[in-house]
Amino acid sequence: QIDYTGTEPSSPCNKCLNVSWDSTPPCTCIINFTLEHSFESNVFMYYGLSNFYQNHRRYVKSRDDSQLNGDNSSLLNPSKECEPYRTNEDKPIAPCGAIANSMFNDTLELYRIDNGTETSITLIKKGIAWWTDKNVKFRNPTGDGNNLTALFQGTTKPVNWPKAVYMLDMEPDNNGFINEDFIVWMRTAALPTFRKLYRLIERKNNLQPTLQAGKYFLNITYNYPVHSFDGRKRMILSTISWMGGKNPFLGIAYITVGSICFFLGVVLLIIHHKYGNRNTSADIPN
Amino acid sequence: MTVPREMPEKWPRVRAPGGAEEERRVRANAREYNEKFQYASNCIKTSKYNIVTFLPVNLFEQFQEVANTYFLFLLILQLIPQISSLSWFTTIVPLVLVLTITAVKDATDDYFRHKSDNQVNNRQSQVLIGGVLRQEQWMNVRVGDIIKLENNQFVAADLLLLSSSEPHGLCYIETAELDGETNMKVRQAIPVTSELGDTSKLARFDGPDTKLMQNSGRTKFKRTSIDRLMNTLVLWIFGFLVCMGVILAIGNAIWEHEVGVCFQIYLPWDEGVHSAFFSGFLSFWSYIIILNTVVPISLYVSVEVIRLGHSYFINWDKKMYCAKRRTPAEARTTTLNEELGQVEYIFSDKTGTLTQNIMVFSKCSVNGHSYGDVQDVLGHKAELGERPEPVDFSFNPLADLRFQFWDPSLLEAVKLGDPHVHEFFRLLSLCHTVMSEEKSEGELFYKAQSPDEGALVTAARNFGFVFRSRTPKTITVHELGRAITYQLLAILDFNNIRKRMSVIVRSPEGKIRLYCKGADTILLERLHPINQDLTNVTTDHLNEYAGEGLRTLVLAYKDLEESYYEDWSERLHRAGSAPEAREDRLARLYDEVEHDMMLLGATAIEDKLQQGVPETIAILTLANIKIWVLTGDKQETAVNIGYSCKMLTDDMTEVFVVTGHTVLEVREELRKAREKMMDASRSMGNGFSYQEKLSSSKLTSVLEAIAGEYALVINGHSLAHALEADMEVEFLETACACKAVICCRVTPLQKAQVVELVKKYKKAVTLAIGDGANDVSMIKTAHIGVGISGQEGIQAVLASDYSFSQFKFLQRLLLVHGRWSYLRMCKFLCYFFYKNFAFTMVHFWFGFFCGFSAQTVYDQYFITLYNIVYTSLPVLAMGVFDQDVPEQRSMEYPKLYEPGQLNLLFNKREFFICIAQGIYTSVLMFFIPYGVFADATRDDGAQLADYQSFAVTVATSLVIVVSVQIGLDTGFWTAINHFFIWGSLAAYFAILFAMHSDGLFQMFPNQFRFVGNAQNTLAQPTVWLTIALTTVVCIMPVVAFRFLKLDLKPELSDTVRYTQLVRKKQKTQHRCMRRVGRVGSRRSGYAFSHQEGFGELIMSGKNMRLSSLALSSFTARPSAGWIETLRKKKGSDGSTAGSPSGAADKTLKV
Repeated sequence: QIDYTGTEPSSPCNKCLNVSWDSTPPCTCIINFTLEHSFESNVFMYYGLSNFYQNHRRYVKSRDDSQLNGDNSSLLNPSKECEPYRTNEDKPIAPCGAIANSMFNDTLELYRIDNGTETSITLIKKGIAWWTDKNVKFRNPTGDGNNLTALFQGTTKPVNWPKAVYMLDMEPDNNGFINEDFIVWMRTAALPTFRKLYRLIERKNNLQPTLQAGKYFLNITYNYPVHSFDGRKRMILSTISWMGGKNPFLGIAYITVGSICFFLGVVLLIIHHKYGNRNTSADIPN
Repeated sequence: MTVPREMPEKWPRVRAPGGAEEERRVRANAREYNEKFQYASNCIKTSKYNIVTFLPVNLFEQFQEVANTYFLFLLILQLIPQISSLSWFTTIVPLVLVLTITAVKDATDDYFRHKSDNQVNNRQSQVLIGGVLRQEQWMNVRVGDIIKLENNQFVAADLLLLSSSEPHGLCYIETAELDGETNMKVRQAIPVTSELGDTSKLARFDGPDTKLMQNSGRTKFKRTSIDRLMNTLVLWIFGFLVCMGVILAIGNAIWEHEVGVCFQIYLPWDEGVHSAFFSGFLSFWSYIIILNTVVPISLYVSVEVIRLGHSYFINWDKKMYCAKRRTPAEARTTTLNEELGQVEYIFSDKTGTLTQNIMVFSKCSVNGHSYGDVQDVLGHKAELGERPEPVDFSFNPLADLRFQFWDPSLLEAVKLGDPHVHEFFRLLSLCHTVMSEEKSEGELFYKAQSPDEGALVTAARNFGFVFRSRTPKTITVHELGRAITYQLLAILDFNNIRKRMSVIVRSPEGKIRLYCKGADTILLERLHPINQDLTNVTTDHLNEYAGEGLRTLVLAYKDLEESYYEDWSERLHRAGSAPEAREDRLARLYDEVEHDMMLLGATAIEDKLQQGVPETIAILTLANIKIWVLTGDKQETAVNIGYSCKMLTDDMTEVFVVTGHTVLEVREELRKAREKMMDASRSMGNGFSYQEKLSSSKLTSVLEAIAGEYALVINGHSLAHALEADMEVEFLETACACKAVICCRVTPLQKAQVVELVKKYKKAVTLAIGDGANDVSMIKTAHIGVGISGQEGIQAVLASDYSFSQFKFLQRLLLVHGRWSYLRMCKFLCYFFYKNFAFTMVHFWFGFFCGFSAQTVYDQYFITLYNIVYTSLPVLAMGVFDQDVPEQRSMEYPKLYEPGQLNLLFNKREFFICIAQGIYTSVLMFFIPYGVFADATRDDGAQLADYQSFAVTVATSLVIVVSVQIGLDTGFWTAINHFFIWGSLAAYFAILFAMHSDGLFQMFPNQFRFVGNAQNTLAQPTVWLTIALTTVVCIMPVVAFRFLKLDLKPELSDTVRYTQLVRKKQKTQHRCMRRVGRVGSRRSGYAFSHQEGFGELIMSGKNMRLSSLALSSFTARPSAGWIETLRKKKGSDGSTAGSPSGAADKTLKV
């Protein structure tokens, strides 16, 4: 888990602290870190944001699911809920709304330093969204041909975005509304501190671990400003088990509750033995 | 047999209620003339709506309810986009549901009203139109019409009696539906019209103007104490709601000021919102909307549904169905059920309620020999239950078959010709004011003024001394088959002071003899000294009879010398025509002749109690319910009944009798009574244990800690003083310290005042039970009014909230239905508040994590359906079916009733416990998922902590927790409970998956945003682990607490349940009510509910069909007097009774 917000002056990313959305050239920074243990199975790479109110009522409702589902009329005439990110310069915004507008757009790259040589680690960007979201909830507009540029004709990009929605990715099945980074972002978080899946690192073969212990560095293209509202940004690497990621809270809670239950059971049993049998019908007063 | 609405005697000064109309001008039989005045038609309309007006009128009425208006207001709030935190349908769906249910209920009620109106309006009566009698429907009868009524017809309107087929324009009417009294009332036509022949009447008031309609209106709306408490609590919750709103609004303002301002790069403020303060203001309203579910609209509807269910249980209760009268119990008000479980004071009428108003000749003492004990073959006194055959009266063709007597020796004595016995029955057959009617040969009907007299004459009839007929001057008696006509010389009438009546007759042999019957206290003093020995024996018998609660009369006779009688009769005549002090003179003359009489014996009449009255009273007393008897009867009668139904016992330390006539006397008597009680308790306190003192010091009033049992008997006059403002508290304290209170000679108004007094000073639930019109005021005043139905009078039933036909059902109504209703309602309310707090408060906690933005935790569909689908039916099932102990047990252990009286199951403390539990649950419900989700991921590595998954997790665990909780609360599982609880869970998951399905999303992408959420979230083990953890942590303390309470401080009901579970060998002790004979220290007096003046009526011959010759010989007597006397009587003791609450049908006997 690496915090790369860059609030501290010593942080390499401190220089990027006050970037804005459209700063060119983008500010980049590099953070070195060491893995103590190697990751044996598949590794998941997350970005985490803090103090970011994705659960604010006005934020949550500021989207148009019809538009995101590929409805052509909504594409050109987005829902009023999207205000003030509904239209820009008299053109409808696609995708509209505050959620889409604030999409996370840092780029993270992971490199391993092995005896001085830098090896780029392959990050897989597909398979990070729910199947239902990717296949049911989000769909690109339909029309003649598959040219997304044509299909999004007449719309404009969200205010904060550097490029239009149909230029999010090169691959057609990960572009437009069905771009998985976009889908993940659109699934709003319940709490102001949250993390979202960014990339997958697959285990290549059975001979070596997915990520060996050793030195790594993270190359960050720092586009996403959070400093103004005291937000924090993190990068997290994690593996998972059958019940999801590491979850100390649940474990501790179960142990605590279990022992309380046991203790309570013993106490109640004692009490019951001591006092329980004094209730005979004899004391029913009449 | 019945005819409504008729009040001829008020004819001269007709006053319409409200006093607007001073007089009515009516020309008989002239419709055109009467049309001019626009009198109301005789069409009765009690219905409220018709098809066209139903919707608007009903909606208008419904929106007058605060709750409905409140929800309408919320709905409007939700339509403002800046505020709307929830979609509009979350409010409108429940609101429409509630409005529809209420509207359907109103519509059905009104439909039945239409039906009954039609039935009444279409009854037929004969109307004289244009000189021809025509059948006319009631609704077409007009003011001024002349109506012909025949025997046993219903009266169509308030009528003026013009004439009747009886002599002197008399007619007998039954006013049962007006005032509940079943005896005939005499009405006389005004003299001018009385010569007209056939009975005909003039319609005076029609339709809405009749007495019936005037009186039937506007029953005061009764509310239960739980209702009031509920309303207070709802207000508090509103206060709480506003507080939460304010806190969150302040939070919102601060947040927007500190964080939101900076966050504007991603989330700019809404248009028009320029400051954090204004945003806070808006968020206040938003939070009011989402937090309003703490007082859901379904609360009131659910309460109504539960009460309706309980009412049906009462209606359907076979054990409260009287087969004899074919009347089931009926809950006429559906809103008071739970209050039946909290009754502390019962005010009961006597006649018709405790007693059947049937007098039975049960024992007698003749010449020192007592007859009437039930005997078996060997001549021993038989035990109850193994009754031998009743005495066979078949030798006597004139015998009344309904009469039963159990002691054959009396009949033998008659047959053997015992002269004393013969004289005894001769007296009974001669000395009375009964009228006989012989419809066909041998078929005798007695019209008795009081049931006592009827019983005595019937007894004589069966023993062979048949009173056959009378004329003003003679009485014909069949003595053992021989017709003998006695000459009736004088009737020395009954009155309250004399407490006796006599007749002077001349036998065919020419002997003049005076027969007298009267109260023992009076009569025994007037006997000839030679009776001394016989008197002693008879007194013993009297004591014995009185001890059994029988009404006793002493019979005596005296032979009069011809010359003495001549002289006396002369003086009597002079006194009778004297201009002044007539009554006094007569009284003195009567007194003179009724002297030195010879004792014949004594009779004992059983005032038949209703079935099971003593048992019921005993059990209700054990249940700590205080029973006060309020009766119009005389003190002796009332006390007598008090003894026979075990309200008063000889074990009682003392029975105080308050009979003072002045304020001072009454005050003095009350003071003395209290002093005595205080003294006794003090002396006992000294000698007694320390504990007693301790407990008594805790009580507010010293008087409530009185040791020993006392009873208070208070008279009408004294009561009038005792109810004055400065003495009422004293009276109440004294009365409440007593075990039993009997108020006699009270007017209906006083009955109501007594109830009012108790209501005012004791915060106790009162129940009044009665059967007649004189109880109406009391029934209406008390918290709960119970009417005895099945008798002919329905006035009390009309005013009552519950009705059934036997007093003994009261026990079941209170101890079983009332107790259960109370228990269920309390459990329901506790659970209801709990579940809504658990549900709603989660939003409050979430507010701290979502920038106080009024974001809801749950899906909006869940919010809509939570109260009306997911959790409504299980709690309704519990509220309707739950029971802690089975019905037999609650009868067996009347003490189980006490929690209700003390208001233990639902009060402010219980309420706060429920609320606390709800809040505790909501805290866990939010923070456990919060803790888990903070950095959990799914098993495919994706994020878990998205808002929608969080919502589904919290909602699911909430539904499971409240379902488990209702499972814990349910004490009595029926199939319906199971069905509803499992069904609700199933419905939750079914609806959840349906709402999150692809299909709905495809149709309305913006409405069903949670697509695919259910299967994605609920497939995660982490989510289920979280749900399980939440459930355990929420439920565990509750289980532990209940377990501890069961072990350490069990309630009585727990213990009862436990013993039932264990089923000890020890069988139910049969607590059979043994009839304990009371060793009499007191006895009854002249127990006639007799009206003075009837003797005069007989002697005047006015009520007999006589030849005009016979009549003319009697015109010399003060003939007009009797009606005057009757009226005077009515006026004096009936002045309040006579302001008749009365309303329905009277019977007309022509």
